Amino acid sequence: MKNIKLKKLGNAYILGLILILAYGCERDVTDDAVPATFNSTADIFIDNPVGLTDEFFESFDPAEGYNTDDTFEVVSDEAYEGTSSIRIDVPSPDNPNGFLAGGIFRDRGVGRDLSGYDALTFWAKATTTATLASVGFGADFEEDKFTVVRNDLELTTNWTKYIIPIPDPSKLEQERGLFSYIAAPFDVLGDGPNGNEIGWTFWLDEIRFEKLGTLGQPRPRIYNGEELVEEAFTGSTFQVNPLTYTANLPTGINTTVTAAPSYFVFESSSPSVASVNDLGEITVLGDGTTTVTATLANVLAEGSITITSEGAFPTAPTPTQPATNVLSVFSDAYTAEVIPNFTPNFGGSTTVTTVTSINGDEIANYTNNNFTGILWDDSPIDASAMQFMHVDVFVSDAATSVEFQIRDIGPNGMVETNIFTGQPEGDDADYRFTASGLTAGAWTQFEIPLAGNLATQRDNLGAIILVNGPDFILDNIYFYTN
Amino acid sequence: MMNFKYNNLRINSFKILCVCAMLCLTNCDTDETQEVAQLTNLVWQDEFSVEGAPDPTRWTYDLGDGTDQGIPGWGNNELQYYTDRPENVTIENGVMVLTAREESFMGSNYTSARITTQGLFEQRYGRFEARIRLPVGKGIWPAFWLLGNDCDQNAWPQCGEIDIMEYVGDRPTVVFGSVHGPGYNAGDSISKEYTLENDRFDEGFHIFGIEWGPDYINYYVDGDLYQTITPEITAEEALTFNAPANSGEWVFNGRPFYIIINMAVGGSLPGAPNAETEFPQSMYVDYVRVYN
Repeated sequence: MKNIKLKKLGNAYILGLILILAYGCERDVTDDAVPATFNSTADIFIDNPVGLTDEFFESFDPAEGYNTDDTFEVVSDEAYEGTSSIRIDVPSPDNPNGFLAGGIFRDRGVGRDLSGYDALTFWAKATTTATLASVGFGADFEEDKFTVVRNDLELTTNWTKYIIPIPDPSKLEQERGLFSYIAAPFDVLGDGPNGNEIGWTFWLDEIRFEKLGTLGQPRPRIYNGEELVEEAFTGSTFQVNPLTYTANLPTGINTTVTAAPSYFVFESSSPSVASVNDLGEITVLGDGTTTVTATLANVLAEGSITITSEGAFPTAPTPTQPATNVLSVFSDAYTAEVIPNFTPNFGGSTTVTTVTSINGDEIANYTNNNFTGILWDDSPIDASAMQFMHVDVFVSDAATSVEFQIRDIGPNGMVETNIFTGQPEGDDADYRFTASGLTAGAWTQFEIPLAGNLATQRDNLGAIILVNGPDFILDNIYFYTN
Repeated sequence: MMNFKYNNLRINSFKILCVCAMLCLTNCDTDETQEVAQLTNLVWQDEFSVEGAPDPTRWTYDLGDGTDQGIPGWGNNELQYYTDRPENVTIENGVMVLTAREESFMGSNYTSARITTQGLFEQRYGRFEARIRLPVGKGIWPAFWLLGNDCDQNAWPQCGEIDIMEYVGDRPTVVFGSVHGPGYNAGDSISKEYTLENDRFDEGFHIFGIEWGPDYINYYVDGDLYQTITPEITAEEALTFNAPANSGEWVFNGRPFYIIINMAVGGSLPGAPNAETEFPQSMYVDYVRVYN
């Protein structure tokens, strides 16, 4: 305890004063009751693993492509210093045992006190200038509470020392996750993962925690330092992400790591509007405006999110058409003619659809839509006497536009679509209408005429295909005549 | 600081290192008895205890981009325009803050400040010391230095230059001290680096000083003496090819020097700022003291 507090003194005089006072107050108590401290061994791998579990290397989940058999070895024919190093053979994309190399090293005891260090350092060299997908510490296959990873670290073909800054060492009083890495096949052509990558090899040596003292200019950031503005309703949730920490290395170069939420303290300026928990999960509770910010080791993080909540989610306008003039697909105001299928699972669709009830009113919530549909092809609607389709659309982004393709599936009762053009085939016909010019945070009503090819064929309406968006909410879908 | 090229700074520093090593071997007495600072009679100081503009009885300004002085870019292709505005130099909370800003100003893309004691305080010999917290970032080039007061009659480098502390913001653990004179100037100045162990110059205040007397200049950072320059060194290190007849002459015994504190942006030595350089950047000067 004493060492930790004294080390902080150098950082901030005011903080130091407070800590001295705190220490002074504590001292009487703690003279007898010595607080438990954990061992502060710095070394992880020098020529042998130091204080690690018997497994030494514990792979990430093979079900996710991690190769547990072919990648990890301690070798004596290569070393930066001493007699051995860790050799990691990154597989090719076709390796039947998995194409990823990655795992963690864990303390064999209950964890180490790393609060006296400011960086994880290691030496590495590679057979080629390939990129390590991530490297860091804090992953322990338990809580992963204080993970830190540096992403996309390009290695060189000479032994080089790499530095992973610790965002707030005072958090690491009992850490089991001492080292982690993920490496993927080398994408030589840089054309994305398509199977033409190659295997490669890299070596690690002299892995340890250090107190460098030469790291400076700490820059915690949330949302990449941007000041986001969002509109929301009661019940909306947001995750503060990404969370990063940048430090200036003694070489003058900035290095950025991704840090776990537990390094940060989050604060909502109006907790009655939205709360934020220790993991950076924001929940909107009422109406008004709040700004969520974060600090790391008493340094204000750059970036914020300002949320304006309208309060309860608004319900769509109540339809006014007399029920006798309506054939309804999806509306709480009318008895439905059909039982629509909102999840047709079209191949290639990325859409997530949820039908939820807010204050007793069912709505259909679409996210990440490229194309999907609402189908009732088992009981088509004869809309010959109808003139329009009504739909209410709610969006959070006014730039959203959604195409509605009202489909007559013909006498054969099958949705038939040309897989190349997306046009109706066989006895099908449709009319297409794009809903745009929407208002963010409000419902917009559309009256779509049953026009085009539906002018002469609308006695077997069986589907509404929905294209683009990508995020929108629908309510009150029905056909009617004036 | 004037007309720097610095092409072979590293080589030059290496040579100095060798010379120093020789000195240590051949003259251990000097090394062992050398006090970092022996002069303790305070004759001039600014503790920067009055808020606002620097005290006009102590400080004056070099303004502009060097064009008016006949050396555009201040002789080093520097990018800043020096002003006396509080945005670029002010005293607050007991320290003088020199700030480099990225802004369009009088045809330059950066502003900064350069203050001097020229005509106000000039002295031959003594201990010149300042306590400074330095800025950070590629292209940032602060300095605390002395210039001979007769450069208008004996053109630089004959009038002499003593760079007590120079620093480039992309090497946050390193400062260097140099002298410039005939046959040893610009890229061939006599210079040595000092590297801070387990710390950085942008994370706290450090003391930079020289103790200067007849035939010697000692350089120190905090409590560490790291360089002694003597006439033997200037004579040995000076150019002989295409050099002036008095190449290597010790020009530091014959004239008073005045103090300059400035922060350049860009230029031949540090290179231009890059995308990671954050503006504004400030250097904080806690005090400047001169002892005899």
